[in-house]
Amino acid sequence: MISSGMRLFSSAHRYGSVRTCVVSISFLFVVLVGIPSSLFPSAAAYETNLGVLVRQAQRAAVKVYGAGGGGLVAYQSGFLVSPSGHVATAWSYVLDVEPVVVLDDGRRFNATIVGFEPKLELAVLKIEADELPYLELAAEISELAEPILAVSNLFGIASGDEPASVMQGTVSSITRLDARRGIFKTPYTGTVLILDLVANNPGAAGGAVVASDGRAIGMLGKELRDASAGVWLNYALPSSALREAIGNIVAGRAVVTTEPETPMLPRDQSHHPDTLGMSLIPNVLENTPAFVDRVIPASAAARADVRADDLVLLVGNVRIDSQRTLIDSLRRIDRRDSVVMTLQRGVQIVSVTLMP
Amino acid sequence: MMSIDIKPTFFQPLLIARAAFLLATFLPAANITLADDPAAASTLVTTRADGEVTAELDPRLEEAERRRIAAVERALPATVSIFVPGGGGGGSGVLISPDGYALTNFHVSSPAGNYMRCGLSDGRIYDAVIIGIDPVGDLALIRLLGRNDFPYAEMADSRKAQVGHWCLVIGNPFLLATNLQPTVTWGILSGVGRYQYPSGTLLEYADCLQTDASINPGNSGGPLFDDSGRLLGIVGRASFEKRGRVNVGVGYAISINQAKNFLGDFHSGRILDHATLGATVATDPDGGARVSNILDSSDAYRRGLRYGHTVVEIDGRSVNTANEVQNVLATLPPQWRVPLVYMDRGQRKSTLVRLANLHGSDELLAKMAAALPPPPPAPEPPKEPDSQDNHSGQQDNDNGDEAKPDGDKKLLPKPRQPRGGDGGVKNVEIPPAVAAVFEARRGFANYFPNRIKQQEMLVNLRGQFPTWHADATAGAAQQPASPVWKIEGKTVNDQSLAVRLVISDDAFEMTMGDKTITATSRSELYDAISSTNVSGILACLDAWRSLLLRGTDGFGECFYRGQVPLLGQRPLLDCLIGVSGELEATWLVHPESTALEAIEMTADRDDDPAELHITWSDDRSQHPTHLELRYGTSSVLKLTIDAWEITAKGEAK
Repeated sequence: MISSGMRLFSSAHRYGSVRTCVVSISFLFVVLVGIPSSLFPSAAAYETNLGVLVRQAQRAAVKVYGAGGGGLVAYQSGFLVSPSGHVATAWSYVLDVEPVVVLDDGRRFNATIVGFEPKLELAVLKIEADELPYLELAAEISELAEPILAVSNLFGIASGDEPASVMQGTVSSITRLDARRGIFKTPYTGTVLILDLVANNPGAAGGAVVASDGRAIGMLGKELRDASAGVWLNYALPSSALREAIGNIVAGRAVVTTEPETPMLPRDQSHHPDTLGMSLIPNVLENTPAFVDRVIPASAAARADVRADDLVLLVGNVRIDSQRTLIDSLRRIDRRDSVVMTLQRGVQIVSVTLMP
Repeated sequence: MMSIDIKPTFFQPLLIARAAFLLATFLPAANITLADDPAAASTLVTTRADGEVTAELDPRLEEAERRRIAAVERALPATVSIFVPGGGGGGSGVLISPDGYALTNFHVSSPAGNYMRCGLSDGRIYDAVIIGIDPVGDLALIRLLGRNDFPYAEMADSRKAQVGHWCLVIGNPFLLATNLQPTVTWGILSGVGRYQYPSGTLLEYADCLQTDASINPGNSGGPLFDDSGRLLGIVGRASFEKRGRVNVGVGYAISINQAKNFLGDFHSGRILDHATLGATVATDPDGGARVSNILDSSDAYRRGLRYGHTVVEIDGRSVNTANEVQNVLATLPPQWRVPLVYMDRGQRKSTLVRLANLHGSDELLAKMAAALPPPPPAPEPPKEPDSQDNHSGQQDNDNGDEAKPDGDKKLLPKPRQPRGGDGGVKNVEIPPAVAAVFEARRGFANYFPNRIKQQEMLVNLRGQFPTWHADATAGAAQQPASPVWKIEGKTVNDQSLAVRLVISDDAFEMTMGDKTITATSRSELYDAISSTNVSGILACLDAWRSLLLRGTDGFGECFYRGQVPLLGQRPLLDCLIGVSGELEATWLVHPESTALEAIEMTADRDDDPAELHITWSDDRSQHPTHLELRYGTSSVLKLTIDAWEITAKGEAK
């Protein structure tokens, strides 16, 4: 096990509770039952032997180790999406520290977070390696009843060079969760694949859902529980939703960084949370999250509708992992320029522009 | 084409399509050729005017489905639904022999203690008695009584199981099988060779199989089968977490290969321990399982293993990580001697190591008692005259209690009449058929099978050379009261020295060339072994002679240990132990031919025992052709035997 940082703040603590009608998972089956016109995939799929498919999926699967503690496991799953070491994984607290990625062959790498898309709960990591096995992401939306394999390191069962766990099942429903907002606490509002296997266990988030043609049709999401019924959801984010974001990050078009290249400006020429009108929660930790405590009326923050309890995720393309990086990145923006921020508000991701 | 007529409900079209689709894409049989034409594997689901829905399956799907049905039909009859008498819970099990031996989990058998009720899918209920338990490996062997033609499962080679293979789990989840019809679930192997850390103080799952087939409480002890219905493992553990004690898609089964290794030991009726190398290893960052600590009293140390060496192979299996080392070790019984390969500064070295017990015997019993949940409260049974030494029938409490009086060390047999169950089922009557095959004894789950096996081995040993009356020169059909063994032979080497060995009750003599060694007491034999002297052969022959002459009563303690490999090789040999004073004798007997293949004499556990290897001609009524004495991995004496006479004491020859 990798030594892990302790997560002291969880953004989940700050989620408001939203009351919605009770909808059980089984309801989804009823709504979506039916036979799609084309039940069977292409001929190529039939040539895929299950054993070959399993190994192919396992070889592209990785274990991600990072922050945890206090009942939160310090590991999750991911899968290689490029031969040059790009790893798709879930955007979660595990990535609060620089993660370590362990490949199927047991090789261990320090990874950097090269991109993340909070609305998709997606992060892309990069390791320095070449000619790696990877999974191609399917462009089209999956089909109902599509048989799948889920590959992940759920429960952290595998360690070192031990291969990831493989489970089988089908896509039992394709639906949206946003109609039930508040029931499932996630910022993701798009279509999800509901799976008929118990795939979304601790440590499974970021795992690959692989179709019979060997392509990834989805990524296992973080554990979600129906807040009113207590039912745990087994689901994946479809590759069709992730593909563009991952493609942009891999191509270097949407890279985030924690080390801005622009120079530091003198204090009286740059921004600061206080000058923008947002005071943060007391900075008592080495890495205190950049939660907004209070917004000064009529300030730039107030005009942009920044609210108390918002968590700052990005300033421009700079990933904010603590109050320190927020203050540091604001020091590099001229006081006369506007500031673009990505905030997490409860389960929502909002983008705001603060005009001085 | 097979037609299925089904009622038109909302779900069924989906279900049929799904089943067909699963089979079409992930065909379980690799040898089914896959067509290029997708339409060839299609399933037509049509709804007729009258509302009937008809599905026509592709022949290959039909074949795959037939195979699956055949596997279930093959596997189902051997599955056992276990119920603790008196309503104390239960679990699952699986029959592995026609005479009723069945495997289950220790944690299923332990609440029942000595006696349980077992249902088979034929609708009949059988009484079962505990045979042997392995609290560390979480396995137990029980025996169903009343038939000699039980259906039983064929064991697969679980080393050949691979991730992605289809598998099925049959058992008694949630104790649903009150109608004795077990539940079947189906999935794939999600992982093989998994290592799961000990839960609590004892239980360890090594080299286990992980499956996504539904496993729930009550499946414990039941079988995991491969896709043709052969036994792959014993289900026993699942990753239950915050979702409660229900299937979470991750269940573990103890590999059947582990059970095979321990099977001989289970038949001894003992409470089994697991093994240790006497060394710890850590996974080196650059790869390899590097020795991080080693006891200098361990056999591995005596064989040259040191701190910093890298273990590369144990029992023929290559190991690269600490987990892999433990995966092999935890599936081997203690006292087994297995091949070990290690790297010493770039040099590859092969040797044999004897594995030690993981626990002291008292430590194991104490830990086992502590690992068990407390028995549920129950009214005290009416006091009986023998109640002060007849404890609750629950094995673990039994032994926990018995651990107190130290005077009990001599393993005096307990009264034959056992009392059933644990605290919750104290008042359950043990049927006479079960009581007749149960015998309580400290250190044993059931001493009865051990006693039977000792007698059987003794009869077999007395039935082969040296039989007393076979010695015609003694001129008597009866054995001498105190026979003297006189053995003559030559060393197998260039010198070809004449060797003469004389063994009697209290005088031992060895002449080799012009040198003679004599001993008059067993403490001198003890010293001979400790100093790895050639005269250690006298100790081995003395033990052999004593056993034939006096039987198992001639030893302070005698028991059947189970089966062990000889010099690290299969087949496993039956192993009888006799302790006399400070010397421990081990007789190793081929289970089929019943030939005595070796006698080992252990003087000090921290030293190499003297091993006498015996070579026979085809006719075992004649004396052995060769004897070889070994210490550790070296041979110190090899003899061709020319004559082996047995005379009454004092009779000159």
